Amino acid sequence: MSGRLRWRKFVSGFMLAMTGVCALVTVSVLFFVLGDLVVHGGTSINWNFFTKLPAPVGETGGGMANAIVGSAKLLLLASLIGVPIGFLGGVYLAEFSGSTAAFIVRYAGDLLNGVPSIVIGIFAYAMLVLPFKHFSTIAGSFALGLMMVPIILRSTEEFLNGVPRALREGSMALGASKWKTIQAVVIPAAYRGILTAILLAFARVAGETAPLLFTALGNRYWSHGWNEPTASLPVVIYTYALSPYDDWHRQAWAAGLVLLGLILVINIVARAILSRGISVPRS
Amino acid sequence: MTPSAGPIVGSRSFLSRLREGDEIAHLITFLFAASVVLVTLLLVFVLWQQSVLPRHKFGFAFFFTRVWDPISEDFGALPFIYGTIVTTVVALLISVPLGLGAAIFLAELAPQRISDTLQFFIDLLAAVPSVIYGLLGIFIVVPLMRTVIEPALKDTLGFLPFFQGPAYGVGFLTAGIVLAIMIVPYIISVSREILLAVPREQREAALALGSTRWESTWKVVIPFARTGIMGSIFLAMARALGETMAVAMVIGNTPTISASLFSPGYSIAAVIANEFTEATGDLYLQALVELGLVLFILTFILNGVARLLIVLTTQKGSRTAQV
Repeated sequence: MSGRLRWRKFVSGFMLAMTGVCALVTVSVLFFVLGDLVVHGGTSINWNFFTKLPAPVGETGGGMANAIVGSAKLLLLASLIGVPIGFLGGVYLAEFSGSTAAFIVRYAGDLLNGVPSIVIGIFAYAMLVLPFKHFSTIAGSFALGLMMVPIILRSTEEFLNGVPRALREGSMALGASKWKTIQAVVIPAAYRGILTAILLAFARVAGETAPLLFTALGNRYWSHGWNEPTASLPVVIYTYALSPYDDWHRQAWAAGLVLLGLILVINIVARAILSRGISVPRS
Repeated sequence: MTPSAGPIVGSRSFLSRLREGDEIAHLITFLFAASVVLVTLLLVFVLWQQSVLPRHKFGFAFFFTRVWDPISEDFGALPFIYGTIVTTVVALLISVPLGLGAAIFLAELAPQRISDTLQFFIDLLAAVPSVIYGLLGIFIVVPLMRTVIEPALKDTLGFLPFFQGPAYGVGFLTAGIVLAIMIVPYIISVSREILLAVPREQREAALALGSTRWESTWKVVIPFARTGIMGSIFLAMARALGETMAVAMVIGNTPTISASLFSPGYSIAAVIANEFTEATGDLYLQALVELGLVLFILTFILNGVARLLIVLTTQKGSRTAQV
């Protein structure tokens, strides 16, 4: 073997090994993040954390019940806004639209998907905080719902388009109308994929902080109804982490662990739903 | 060739379609789809209309002025634009080699099952919220930078202007590193797809001509996928520019323009996050909205270019494969 060839083989082996190192380094970050959260936050998760209001400044103890409920309310309302628009818009794209209309809607969706979350926050502020002169759960939910729309829109379209034509033809040959076909055959055939997309969109906005800073703001106490500022887990993590109190730092870690745990579980469930066999029986 | 999936274009009379609910379903879904377009247009309009005061008062000087003085109502965005660009560049310098390397491993080297498993973890990594990275940034990365990494850089590369000055821990370099970790998953996922779309024949031809595995990857596969990989980098760049929470937590939040990466700085997204709720006066608030408009335009352009590049490569792949 000539020296030149030996050198080339060495370079090849070395560089390929380096690519493996890159992959390992990246993946290990996930376990590093998880490990840190468990180490720093695990001990602070107790019954009080889920049931108590935050303690006054200077006192230790207390929990974040209000932030947990606040996040749940924000996400519920956000889903009520984001899921119908994304899903029905996606049905329109896949089943009804002409190519020009589809191009415009798709383009708007892609544009919306790329907008930084902080800019979505500004938009929600201008639409729902400025005119009413107060921060509210509604404004925060509007911002989060808006972020869910493009994800659900494009996935719904993709999964509906993937339904085999033979299924539609079978249904229509039996005399079903187009809408009946879509509703009784096409959507059920694609529902796993659509459900996955909805769950992923939910998980994505569950951790969003920037759009909530000046829409839902924050609240040390319970937020009543939908028209008051409300605490939420991501914003509490942010404010507690920047605070000078050790006890608050501890709680920020605990909240981070709870939030990340929730998001990772939803992600894993969503992917399991999708990969549990192909949603449509292959003919 | 008729498509085997997708809707059927029917030809029944309008009345029968109306009776069977087709037209109503069409109308309802159309309204929801149209609302997506309307809301997007409204977003652009609101950003434009809510930033009218500073646009008229400062014009383009807004982008080139260093002063940010809410008391005397004098606003210039230069330190924030500078901070955003510097942190993004640092993030790309770290994440592009790392992400590309990992993507090559996943697409070219790893067996299917290992590749899929690693990709699964990388998808989970992409789902970690920004504020969690900020949390780890403050309590883990910042102390590490202050006590270990920045002094070490100063000792070895201190002759460069980038690595001078006191090591605060917070600053451009720390923000860039945290950003790099956050955008790596995007680069990997998109690049991996692009590399997998490169036709097998390209690799086989290179190997048959006697190249090593690495040479076939580096000199044949990568050039073939170059435009798509550029697309993935633009996509990651757009993410990095708009990233708010993690940057706001570790950049130091001081409007400075300094060649030293150790210096605390500020970014566009971070200043919006920090000052929006306490902005008093219309001009102050609208100056922040104008910063939002700048972010919007930048990400709009980058995302557009990215999508174009990615579509071009995947089309090239399928065209060559058919020949």
